[in-house]
Amino acid sequence: MRRRRNGSVWMILPLYIFTLVFVAGPLLYMFALSLAMPNETHGVDWNFTLENYKRILDTVYLNTFAQSFKLAVTSTVIICMTGYPFGYYMARMSESRKKRAMLFLMLPFWVNSLIRLYGWIIILQNKGILNFILKKLGIIEKPLKLLYSYPAIVIGMVYVLLPFMVLSVYSSAEKLDWSLVEAARDLGASRTKAFWTVTFKLTIPGLLSGVILTFIPSMGLFFIADILGGNKIVLVGSLIQEQMTRGGNWPFAAALAVVLMALTTIMIILYRRITNVRELEGIG
Amino acid sequence: MKKNGKFAGFYLGLMFFLMYLPIGVVVVFSFNESKLPVRFTGFSLQWYERLFGNSAMQEALVNSLILAVLSCLISAVIGTLGAVGLFRIHWKTKGVLEYISILPLMIPEIILGMVLMAFFYMLGLPFGMLTLLIGHTVFCVPYILMEVKARLAGMDPSLEEAARDLGAGSFRAFWDITLPLIMPAVLSGSLLAFAMSMDDVVISIFVNGPKLSTLPIKVYTQLKTGVTPEINALCTIMLGLILFILFLYVFFGKVKSRLFK
Repeated sequence: MRRRRNGSVWMILPLYIFTLVFVAGPLLYMFALSLAMPNETHGVDWNFTLENYKRILDTVYLNTFAQSFKLAVTSTVIICMTGYPFGYYMARMSESRKKRAMLFLMLPFWVNSLIRLYGWIIILQNKGILNFILKKLGIIEKPLKLLYSYPAIVIGMVYVLLPFMVLSVYSSAEKLDWSLVEAARDLGASRTKAFWTVTFKLTIPGLLSGVILTFIPSMGLFFIADILGGNKIVLVGSLIQEQMTRGGNWPFAAALAVVLMALTTIMIILYRRITNVRELEGIG
Repeated sequence: MKKNGKFAGFYLGLMFFLMYLPIGVVVVFSFNESKLPVRFTGFSLQWYERLFGNSAMQEALVNSLILAVLSCLISAVIGTLGAVGLFRIHWKTKGVLEYISILPLMIPEIILGMVLMAFFYMLGLPFGMLTLLIGHTVFCVPYILMEVKARLAGMDPSLEEAARDLGAGSFRAFWDITLPLIMPAVLSGSLLAFAMSMDDVVISIFVNGPKLSTLPIKVYTQLKTGVTPEINALCTIMLGLILFILFLYVFFGKVKSRLFK
């Protein structure tokens, strides 16, 4: 055993150095920056202040957080409702079909997300395909203003993040012991009751990890709101980007990032708690 | 019991249709004669011709490819060695280091992009290929690290021990025994990292600097300012490229399962 450990230090050093310098370093710097004073021309005055955090409590910025949160919650709820049955049905397919469905699910995942969003622009724009079809069918007379609206952003979010939910529900439903469901049915439970009391309960961990995987990125995907929302809705992500580029107040941007990171970390800790408790109770 | 009803089939069909709809639309309109993506007026390859005449676009593509290949190679070395090292060494800081090194995948991308930009500015690094390369390596390492780690967990450690018992040094045992065994994971992790690097907008936008542009950044600025159908052609080509990568991925997966199952 002892011999095996010797002389392996050189392998781990690049990872140690790289991680400390370029991951831990920047994150610590962000934290320090958030406590410093802004200075004209991207500069920083290294005087300790909590001003940046106080500024976030301004109604304008609180609204931005609220709006981002609302968008993230809306998107996540829709993703849950559409992605859960998606992953669940996929897990119930025959083995050969499962493999094919998995490939089809992963394929768009690999296509540049901007390309896929551009497809939605073509579909949703005023003279786009959807308006054209609706008009032909006589449902509408004037083209609906679909693009650059709130629903368009939600569509974009749901579209980009849905596969994460499907995959995580799928992997959870895949491991499910279906004989438990059968047992419930044999004991007289209706199909619906068996689903809610057995299947759904056992796949909650998958659903929760899907929520984490979709909620966290949705707080930061500023470019979707940019492209499909036409800059009408300002999210935390867009605000940080603006402060880093045009606004020029880097310490404030750092404070925004620290708060955003704290929020997502709380989400992850809550998730770990819930799943741990469930495992302890033997239902996870 | 394990059977889907008619509704399930319909639902899955509809969802897959919606998933592929925007991609299909982009591909179809790349062959459209008219400039407006409103109605299909006739088959034409003119947007492809224009794209190949567009030097700015080509430069962005070359930049993206160089960046993806380099960041992939560097992260493959750091990630693979690191995963094997973590497997062999039992330092107290190991757990913390592992947590920090996969952190880039667990925090919103915008935070990573922002902190890297501020950090590079503080260090006085010139914004350009170097900063892009470091930025991309930061989020590529975890993919490779995690893939290789999972592969190592399923490996028989006695193989390497046997090599060491027979007198092989630490490097020799790694090169001759461990590396060939974990190669499939290194390759699949690298392909994943390559695709992620080719796709990245958020981090690149923060660290690219004023002069350099990658392909996704070019697409992004076009989407914001005004789209020419060249984008459709470009998207179709990229789609082809990604299908090719995916083919390689599946192919290596097949090789992997044939060799190791």
